[in-house]
Formats: sequence, structure tokens, C-alpha cells
Amino acid sequence: MYKIAIIGGGVVGGMIAREMSKYDVRLVLLEKENDVAMGQSKANSGIVHAGYDPEPGSLKAILNVRGSQMMEEICKELNVKYRKNGTLVVGFDEEDMKRLGQLLERGRKNGVEGLEIIDGETARKMERNLSEKIIGALYAPTGAVVCPYELTTHSIGNAMDNGAELLTQFEVTEIKKIENDGNRQRTYFYEITASDGRKIQTEYVVNCAGIHSDEVAKLVGDCEFSITPRRGQYLLLDKEAGGLVNATVFRTPTVMGKGVLAVRTVDGNILLGPTSEDIEDKEDKAVTEEGLASVIAREAEFFDDIPMDKVITQFTGLRAHGNTGDFIIESPEAGFINCAGIESPGLSASPAIAEMVEEMLIEAGATGKLKQDYRPEVKGIIRFKDMTAEEKNRLIAQNPAYGRVVCRCEEITEGEILDAIRRNPPARDVDAVKRRTRAGMGRCQGGFCMPTVAELLAEELGIPFEKVTKSGEGSEITFERTKTGGDK
Amino acid sequence: MMKAANTLKADVVVIGGGPAGMSAAVAAREAGAEEVVIIERESRLSGILQQCIHNGFGLHKFREELTGPEYGLRYEEMVKKLDIIVMTETMAVDITPGRVVTAVSKERGYFSIDAGAVVLAMGCREKSRGALSIPGTRPSGVFTAGTAQKLVNIKGYMPGKRIVILGSGDIGLIMARRMTLEGAEVKAVCEIMEDSGGLTRNIVQCLRDFDIPLMLRHTVVKIHGNKRVEGVTVARVDENLKPIPGTQEYIECDTLMLSVGLIPENELSKKAGVEIDPKTRGPVVDENRQTKVPGIFACGNVVKVHELVDFVSDEGETAGRAAALFSQGKSLSVSESHKNSNSHKSAVSVPREQKKGVKHLQGSGGNTVICTICPMGCKITVDKNMNVSGNTCSRGEKYAIQEVTAPKRTLTTTMYAEGGTMVPVRTDSPVPREKLFDCMEEINSKTLILPIRSGDIIIENIEGTGANVVAAGSFL
Ligand SMILES: Cc1cc2nc3c(=O)[nH]c(=O)nc-3n(C[C@H](O)[C@H](O)[C@H](O)COP(=O)(O)OP(=O)(O)OC[C@H]3O[C@@H](n4cnc5c(N)ncnc54)[C@H](O)[C@@H]3O)c2cc1C
Ligand SMILES: Cc1cc2nc3c(=O)[nH]c(=O)nc-3n(C[C@H](O)[C@H](O)[C@H](O)COP(=O)(O)OP(=O)(O)OC[C@H]3O[C@@H](n4cnc5c(N)ncnc54)[C@H](O)[C@@H]3O)c2cc1C
Repeated sequence: MYKIAIIGGGVVGGMIAREMSKYDVRLVLLEKENDVAMGQSKANSGIVHAGYDPEPGSLKAILNVRGSQMMEEICKELNVKYRKNGTLVVGFDEEDMKRLGQLLERGRKNGVEGLEIIDGETARKMERNLSEKIIGALYAPTGAVVCPYELTTHSIGNAMDNGAELLTQFEVTEIKKIENDGNRQRTYFYEITASDGRKIQTEYVVNCAGIHSDEVAKLVGDCEFSITPRRGQYLLLDKEAGGLVNATVFRTPTVMGKGVLAVRTVDGNILLGPTSEDIEDKEDKAVTEEGLASVIAREAEFFDDIPMDKVITQFTGLRAHGNTGDFIIESPEAGFINCAGIESPGLSASPAIAEMVEEMLIEAGATGKLKQDYRPEVKGIIRFKDMTAEEKNRLIAQNPAYGRVVCRCEEITEGEILDAIRRNPPARDVDAVKRRTRAGMGRCQGGFCMPTVAELLAEELGIPFEKVTKSGEGSEITFERTKTGGDK
Repeated sequence: MMKAANTLKADVVVIGGGPAGMSAAVAAREAGAEEVVIIERESRLSGILQQCIHNGFGLHKFREELTGPEYGLRYEEMVKKLDIIVMTETMAVDITPGRVVTAVSKERGYFSIDAGAVVLAMGCREKSRGALSIPGTRPSGVFTAGTAQKLVNIKGYMPGKRIVILGSGDIGLIMARRMTLEGAEVKAVCEIMEDSGGLTRNIVQCLRDFDIPLMLRHTVVKIHGNKRVEGVTVARVDENLKPIPGTQEYIECDTLMLSVGLIPENELSKKAGVEIDPKTRGPVVDENRQTKVPGIFACGNVVKVHELVDFVSDEGETAGRAAALFSQGKSLSVSESHKNSNSHKSAVSVPREQKKGVKHLQGSGGNTVICTICPMGCKITVDKNMNVSGNTCSRGEKYAIQEVTAPKRTLTTTMYAEGGTMVPVRTDSPVPREKLFDCMEEINSKTLILPIRSGDIIIENIEGTGANVVAAGSFL
């Protein structure tokens, strides 16, 4: 029997798991995919929003501002890439400037520090490639960027290092209440069943299932809210284009939302997007020609010259848009907590969401003693490329695996790949290795290193090469051997 | 970047051990450089040739039709004989304008070499799906042709079974045949232009021989499937290469192979401050193959994409020789004579006819054959009465009649060796075309025992064709 089961291995589930792993209780994280960070937490803008955008008083506002204040420290603890690059919301006409004034007010109400309105000239001094057509901007110095999947994997890894368990390929399809035999706090506990028939039992459930959180809530009879997928498409440019922009540049928001942005990611690539399209299919992560074209058209208003020949990939994220408009963090029945409708600024807010849920779980009696040996840090992550020559040499002498560069574009070594497969949460497929190490994320997009990464996975996992997947069962890289010389 | 504490010295450092790098190293040694080092990240030399197990290499350089590994082996042997220092499984990660090369390997750690001269020979990389912006999902089963080639030829695994190939350059065509021979179904090769960029010979021997449709003026507009590719939508394009609405067609497949271009690999060159030509995306070089940074030379696919390896080797020679002279403090103009002999060699360019695509072929009545006996590549027509025209020698006539009546093909494939090594093999003479699959079956049913040397006979008189199957690579 687990004390707490968290459904969903995204950044919200991850941050909650980490927070709760302080306590001496049995904790499990249930994730339907082959790896964590496979939902919204994988494909988003990676912005730590300052907090000027959400309606004052809303959960979005409160948790965003708090989360943004906590983020830098947490990234240090978790060894996650973070850069305070500031945010510029730019305006093209007087109408925009009026709107920016309102945003400034709203931000102040929300408690965002350092906000100011600047003129076009000043904006261009900060970002020299900004269009002459921009007449002013709202500047938010506390805006930052973070690596969202790293934040997710490292928070979950940290929770696991502190004793939490992770079950992947565990798609929750049934939650049953079972009569309790007596001495616990409630008259029932939960039995959770996965699509493959596996079952676990737990006293408390936290639903962080992202885009599917409404379906999971329904499993306990809670039909109070619904989630629609809102698609966001992006283009990613090579690091060589990294000089285009440093801060996060947004347009003045309209009723249609925040609009597209341009930003240099923590890894130095340029990210352009996202679109905002309501769709029906919660699995439809396709990139469309129209979507990309609209991104390019909007971005062209920011900059006169975007080096489109430096595009290396495109991707789509699906926002879990809730019908209430705000984050839904509540308990529909004793022992069950929803974290639903966690769309933007959910990444920014995630540490604060975890804090809030921790409070709720304490209140509900789900916690016990604090662990003596709890460690909040993720240690030993090696970024070979960033080391000095001496450090590199020492490392290779200790462990020769760091002497073999596997991904040439990002300069990732075999040692880093093996570490990703071995450390918590273990990478089990090629994409998981990519998210943890960046092998295959560079300009050649894995053309060169993918076969080697697959080989290392096969060796480490003790599986045949043809069983290695891109991202879980059904996505095997190759079919069987071309020939086996007569014997099978 | 800081240079590493452990710094070696060398006269010439060649980065990349493909055909360009090997011939540069050989020429540098021959021109008197004492210490010549090749830095190669793979476990053996030969570069991309290792995986190009088909034949068609060396017609100019050796007057023979070799497979890629065989061509490479000739240079590997020269490299060995000349005591060139080969550092395999070593990645060069930095070059300074002052010619300090930094590299990393398991064996040597993170180290630098102070070089008298540097030759860049890093080859190129393939354009990926992202660079093309193909809409749709991101499932498994989308490969660049080179990655697929590595998987099937070196690793020995099937990257796909029902395949659509985008791009009909030689690499795409070669892969269409290769996958077909290994039992896959190639559903179509799509080409956005109105003509294939590949050699006519490859169109005939890689597509027509196997009835693989070539869809000209078509491109892939969408990829379907969540976990694995389930199909692609293709569409016709207009004169601006934009898809024409209403011409979409769905093709069910499990794999999409992209053969849409190569990009010279110049990240290192940029670190050395070498000027890059925005058009070729390779370094700007002079007649000695010297870049704008004195003492740094470049050759092969890192400079511009070459179709024929023979010219890559020529270029390597020029660069290697000049690098040796530079490292000895000699004037490069000494190589003037060589420059001439070199450009003379390069003047044996691919005959125009060979480069024309399939459209050209279809237009002519009777049977048109591209002669592959010598590099001339005559286009020979055989009419209904077996009258031959267009040939320039009698061998051409014989070839053309053979091709029309009983076509023969050299089979190149891989063979399974103990422990799972894939050994490239070939028939030592052409076999009747209709016997190709029988030969494949026999080859696939046998297990090789290592060691094996290139040229060793593995199967005598395969399927009664009179041809022997021989090893096309050495595994000692
Ligand atoms: C396009 C886009 C851009 C964004 N940009 C930003 C931004 O710049 N800044 C910001 O702060 N926020 C941003 N967000 C929002 C942010 O990404 C999300 O709020 C955050 O990632 C939510 O995390 P989560 O853990 O709730 O959900 P998710 O990351 O979606 O995780 C949910 C997990 O639950 C799993 N799951 C679902 N159903 C089940 C089941 N039945 N059983 C088991 N597991 C299940 C899923 O596989 C998934 O891993 C953006 C979102 C999108 C889509
Ligand atoms: C599929 C295919 C089919 C072809 N068919 C034919 C044919 O039929 N006939 C023909 O004549 N030609 C053919 N070619 C062309 C010919 O193979 C190439 O032009 C030639 O191999 C280019 O040689 P290269 O040495 O410049 O590059 P490569 O062969 O690519 O060698 C570059 C080497 O540099 C190494 N390297 C790169 N960066 C580093 C680094 N940082 N540190 C260390 N090492 C590094 C690489 O590992 C590689 O070994 C074909 C090419 C392909 C891809």
C-alpha cells in the first residue's frame, strides 16, 4: 500500500513528488508513457514568466509569481539550466502601448518586481535586431528561461533518489474505492488499475495528468471540469542563429492570448512560436504547414531578418486548457487532489503548485515524519562540453567513456549517455537519452549519433538492438537483422 | 578554447580519415612531411565509403570499378605503408587560427596537437527532416538515407520494410536498390524536380530493374503515424515547387528515407576562423586548397559536395602536398606543376549524358543504354533489329547488346559473419539480372568465419552463374 500516488510524470507531478519525498511515506509516480516529461512539460516555451499576465487574485497569478521567485534556487538545487534573460512585451502602436500600461498595472498588483515601460529605442538597445516598427515595450527583468524537460526529469530523479518510485507505461484506466478494514483515517483507500492490468493501492491520489486530467478525475466520478487541447507549434533554429535575440520577446497580448514569442533557449538555440489552435484530438501532435507559416509571418513583425536556413526542427505542444480559465487545484473528495487545467504559466508556477499541494496533503494527514537523510540536490550531472581542459582530462582518466564523443553537434560523450541510462529516472529510449543529454538535438538531429545511442541502450538494457525504441513500444528504430547467416 | 596541457607536435594534422583525408595524408608524407597525423572519430578509416558497399568507385583513379570499401582499402594500405599516425575513435573538437588542434579520445584523453599545417577533411552531414520542414507527426521511421545506409550495411538491421524515398539523387537511388535486395518494398521514389539528379545508370539499375516508381515533380507534404510511420502524403508541385492542391496522394509505408542533400561539415573550420562560402557552405580555398587562414587547407566534401570520390582523392593530394610544403616553410608555388597535373585529371569530368535523368531516356525510341565499360559513359541505342548506334568502341557495342538481350549486374551486398559483423561482399563478375535474388538468398544463408581479406573468394560459381562471391572488405 502506497501512501500517495501521483498520476502524471510532468513537471507538476514531478515537483509534487520531489516535495513529498521529504516525508517518510511510500510514494509512487504513475506515468503512461515510456518516460517522464512526455506531455506539455516536454514541448513548451520554457519561459519562467514574470507574472504580469494572469488576472490578479487568480491561482495563476499567485502561483506564477511565487513559482518564478522560487525557480532560480530550485534550478540550482536540481542542477537545471536557468537563465534570467528578462522579458520584453513589445508594442507597435498606441493601442498596444495602452494595453502595456494595463499589463504593468496588473503586474504590480500581482507583486511582480522591476516592471517598467520603455521606448522603442531603449528596447532596440537591449535587443538590436528588433524591428524599427516597435515603438515601446513592457520590460520585465525577472522573466527567465529554463529547460523544461530537464526540470521535470531532475525533479523526478531527485524524488526517486529520496525513495519515490516511478512506474512508467502505467496508464491509469480505473480508480476504485476499496472499503478500509479499520484503523486508517478514512473508510476507504484507492485501487488504481493500469491499461495492462497492473494494480497498485494507495491512500491518497494526486491527479496531475495534464491534458488527460479531466478523464482521470472522472474515474472517481468528478465531472466538474473539462480540458481541451490547444495546440502550439514551434520552429527551432540552430545555435548559429543564437545572436538573433536574448530576452524573451512577446507581442502585446490580445484576447487571443499571448501570441508568438522569440527567445534564445538555455541551450543557445532560437525558439520561435507557438501558435494557439483549439483542436479536438488529444494525441494530435502534428505540425502543420499553415501553423508554421503563421509563426513565421508573426515573427517577421519582430525582426527584419530571420535566418530561416538555420531551422533545425519543428514541434508541437498541446496545452491543457481548462474550461474554468484558472488552474484547478482542489480536492473533490477526501484523499483525492486534482491539479488540472495547468496550462501556461504552469511551468513557472510548478514549484509553487507543489508547495500548495503539500499543504493540502499535510492537512489531509498524508504526511508523516520528515526523512533524516533527505537530499534536495541533484548531484553528479556532467556537462563535458562546459568543463575545462584539466577537468576533462581528469574525468577521462577516471572513466574513459567520457573520452568518446558520440554526438558531434552537441559534443556529448558516451559517459554522459551511460549516466542518463543509469541515473534516476533511467532513460529507456533514444528520445529519453536525447532529452537528458541533448545527444541528437543539434543541427544534424541525430542522423549521426542515433545508431550509436541505440547501441548503447541495447547494451545497457540488455535487449536486442531491434527492440530499442525512439519513444516506447511501437516506435522501434529498426526491424530485425537483415540476415543471420542461416540460423535464426 | 584553451589548449590542453598535454600538447603533441606534428608537421601535418589531417582531420577526417575519409578518402579526402587519407589521400591528403599520403601526399603530405610523400612530399616530405615527417610526422603526419590523421584524426578520425570512427573506429576505422575510409569515411562514408565504409557504408557505400555498392560499386562505382575508382573508375578514374584506378581504371577499375570498385566498391566503396575496396576503394577505401587501397588508401588505407598506403597510409599504413607510409607510417602515418592514425588516431581513430578520436574526435577533433577545436582548431585555433594558430593551428593548434584539440581532440578527445578514450585513449589519449583531451589533448592538443601543435600542427605545422592542418588539412580539413571532415566530409559532410545530411540534411534532416527539420531542415525541410515536412509537416506531420514525429514518429520513428524517418531516416536520412545515410543513417539508413549505416543501419542496413554496417549494423545489419532493416531500417524499414515498406519505404518511400524522398530525393532521387544517387544516394536515394542506391538505397532504393539496396533495400529492395534485402527484401523491403520500395513504394516510390519522389523527386521534387522534373528530372532525377542521379546518374542514368543508377536510374536504370536501381529503379527500373526492380520496377520502382519514380514520381517526378512530387514531394512529401505530410508524415502520418504516432509511434511508427504509417504513411506519407505526397503531392505534385508547381513550377515554384509548391504543392498543388488536390494532387495529394496517400502512400502507406513504415519508413520515409530522406535523400535531400548534404551540407559540408564546417563547425570546426569556423572555429579556426576559416572563411566560408555561403553558396557551397564550404571553406573558400585557393588552387593549393589553402583556406583564407594560412596553413589550414581543406579538401573533399568539407569544401563542397562531390559526386565522385576520385576527384575527392585528387583534391586531397593537392591539399596534402601543399600542407607538407607549408609545414616545411617552403613556398607553395612549387606545387604549380602538380596543380596543373591535378586540374588535368579533374578535367576528366563526368560526361554530360550520364548526368541527364530518366526523361532523357524515355524520349528515345528502341533501347537506350548507358555504357558503363569505361568512364566515357556513351549513350548507345539498340534498335529492334539489333543495330547499334552511339557507341565509340566495339566493347560498347557488345555491352549494349548484352544489356538489351540478357542484362547482367554486379551484385554488391553484405554477408553475416560470426558475432554479427556485416562483411561487404560482391560478385567478381556480373550475374544475370534475373538471378540477383537467388544469389541474395544463397549469400544470406551463409555465415562467414573471420578473419577475412578483401578479395577472398567466399562462394564459388554462385547459383551457376560463373561468378564468385568475394569479400570486399578486410576484417582481420
Ligand atoms: C505550447 C505550450 C507552451 C507553454 N509555454 C509555457 C511557458 O513558456 N511557461 C510556462 O510557465 N508554462 C508554459 N506552458 C505550460 C506548461 O508547459 C504546463 O503548464 C506544464 O508543463 C504542465 O505540467 P503538467 O505536469 O501538469 O502536465 P504534463 O506535462 O502534460 O504532464 C502530464 C503527464 O500525465 C501523463 N498522463 C496523462 N494521462 C495519464 C494516465 N491516465 N495515466 C498515467 N499518466 C497519464 C502524461 O503522459 C504526462 O506525462 C506551455 C504549454 C504549452 C503546451
Ligand atoms: C551514399 C553515397 C553514395 C556515393 N556513391 C558514390 C559512387 O558511387 N561513386 C563515387 O565516386 N562517389 C560516391 N559517393 C561520394 C563519395 O563517397 C564522397 O564524395 C567521398 O566519400 C567524400 O570523401 P571525404 O573524405 O570528403 O568525406 P567522408 O568520406 O565523409 O569522410 C570524412 C571523415 O571525417 C571524419 N570526421 C568528421 N569530422 C570529424 C572530427 N571532428 N574529428 C574526427 N573525424 C572527423 C568522419 O568520421 C569521416 O570519416 C557517394 C557518397 C554517398 C554518401
